[in-house]
Amino acid sequence: MGFDQIVFYFFATVLVFAAFMVITIRNPVKAAMFLVLSFFSAAGLWMLLEAEFLAIALVLVYVGAVMVLFLFVVMMLDINLVRLREGFGEYLPFGGLVAILLVIEMGIILSVGYGTQLPPAAHAAGYSNTRELGRILYTVYVYPFEIAAAILLAAIVAAIALTLRRRPDTKYQNPAQQVRVSRHERVRLVKMASEKKS
Amino acid sequence: MTAALINLWTALPEWLQVLLFNIGKIALVLVPLLLAVAWLPYAERKIIGYMQVRIGPNRVGPKGWLQPIADAVKLLFKEIIIPQKSNKFLFILAPLLALGPAFAAWAVVPFADTLVLANIDASLLYILALTSMGVYGIILAGWAANSKYAFLGSMRSAAQIVAYEIAMGFALVGVLMAANTLNLREIVLHQQGGLHQWYFLPLFPLFMVYLVAGVAETNRAPFDVAEGESEIVAGFHVEYSGMGFALFFLAEYANMILVATLTVLMFLGGWLSPLDGLLPQNILAIPGLGLVLGNGVHWLLFKTSALLFCFLWFRATFPRYRYDQIMRLGWKVLIPITLVWIGVMGAAMFLTPWGYLFH
Repeated sequence: MGFDQIVFYFFATVLVFAAFMVITIRNPVKAAMFLVLSFFSAAGLWMLLEAEFLAIALVLVYVGAVMVLFLFVVMMLDINLVRLREGFGEYLPFGGLVAILLVIEMGIILSVGYGTQLPPAAHAAGYSNTRELGRILYTVYVYPFEIAAAILLAAIVAAIALTLRRRPDTKYQNPAQQVRVSRHERVRLVKMASEKKS
Repeated sequence: MTAALINLWTALPEWLQVLLFNIGKIALVLVPLLLAVAWLPYAERKIIGYMQVRIGPNRVGPKGWLQPIADAVKLLFKEIIIPQKSNKFLFILAPLLALGPAFAAWAVVPFADTLVLANIDASLLYILALTSMGVYGIILAGWAANSKYAFLGSMRSAAQIVAYEIAMGFALVGVLMAANTLNLREIVLHQQGGLHQWYFLPLFPLFMVYLVAGVAETNRAPFDVAEGESEIVAGFHVEYSGMGFALFFLAEYANMILVATLTVLMFLGGWLSPLDGLLPQNILAIPGLGLVLGNGVHWLLFKTSALLFCFLWFRATFPRYRYDQIMRLGWKVLIPITLVWIGVMGAAMFLTPWGYLFH
């Protein structure tokens, strides 16, 4: 067993363990942290495939941004374990069905010989994964890429538009107005003769 | 003696040699970094002290130079108190999560042309990914302590860091467009040819945005609402004592040095001398003087120190931002500035003959 394989099995074991913990552990914050760990292990596996751009992007986007917001929300939850366990039996048949479907799908993929595929050939030292990805993304796949970008932009605008509510009763400041304020709008110098004690 | 040592070295298996060699290199980066992290608070107390017409620490050692050692000993021997209703595992893990990324990011920082631990292809992305992970330590510390003040601090910090990371990332997009590479070493090498070639001139708005976002990312004054002594005591690390607190402290200063170094690498020419390419070769050949005026790691250290001085200066000068003002600055000022400048750069590069200005 080469060094590569040892690294692969290490990351794979951690990934499977962490993914299992995500769905079994009771505490939502710990579950989120295990999800972070599984993202990390997946990034390690991608790194083994010489896909360093994707691996770092996975850490940057999911670990660095998405999961932070996730934790942000999860931390504000009231962790009531009794209520969390409610309805377990109700959802069990549905969950079981999904699980069986997933197992069948994985079996199909493995049975058509996906697992016997050889690992990709190692690239020369000067090969830049990032450069190649950028080149192909902006030449061959430029239209799908731009369409995806437009859809995401529309989704961002829609999300803001849907949740934005104008509340005329709240007081807010206009910083531009505050900056523009000049002295004579606020203070008045009053000239007066000093008074004498009589 | 030396012959015996060399024999011992060659007797080791190859993988062990590589391992020891790499550990040695890591130590060469981390030990000076730790020393810098230890003495930066001393510099901060001294500099801010003089700015406020005081003397600052002056009791331990000559002129107070041994103050960091006294502080470290004090923190080491303090009792570690873990709140009873806290989440103990996460409470202990949080300082490590804050410190780990702050140190791991240094793996790809180039100190001079060939002086870099790991010259990887996407080093800029790597740094961005790791610095974005530092926030976990802060968030978890606040939550695990099970204290209202700590929780408020970590919530503020999370929102602030997520907001400013976007501006920071966009500022880096401009650098990428100018340098055409994600490799930090090559980004510096693209700025060769003297002071006027450094990216802070063509990318001036992005430089300013990056600097402000960097101060905000490290939770430094005037963006230190996560600590906010006046309203939430000490924010996310209010429940930590002894070494737990010390680790957060170390992480904050390591991050400060990191952000300053990155700013120097990307906008201020890294290890390049400001006279690079402007001086005739025969001046550079003079021993001593040529070494000082030529490119080298001393320029990186000098520029980083100058930026760190500015960080300390900000703290002495600016009052703390209010929380809503921080959010407004991040979302409504910094992000639009970066977007506009990226647009200007793109248009200039492809539509006008002035594209060379940005290369």
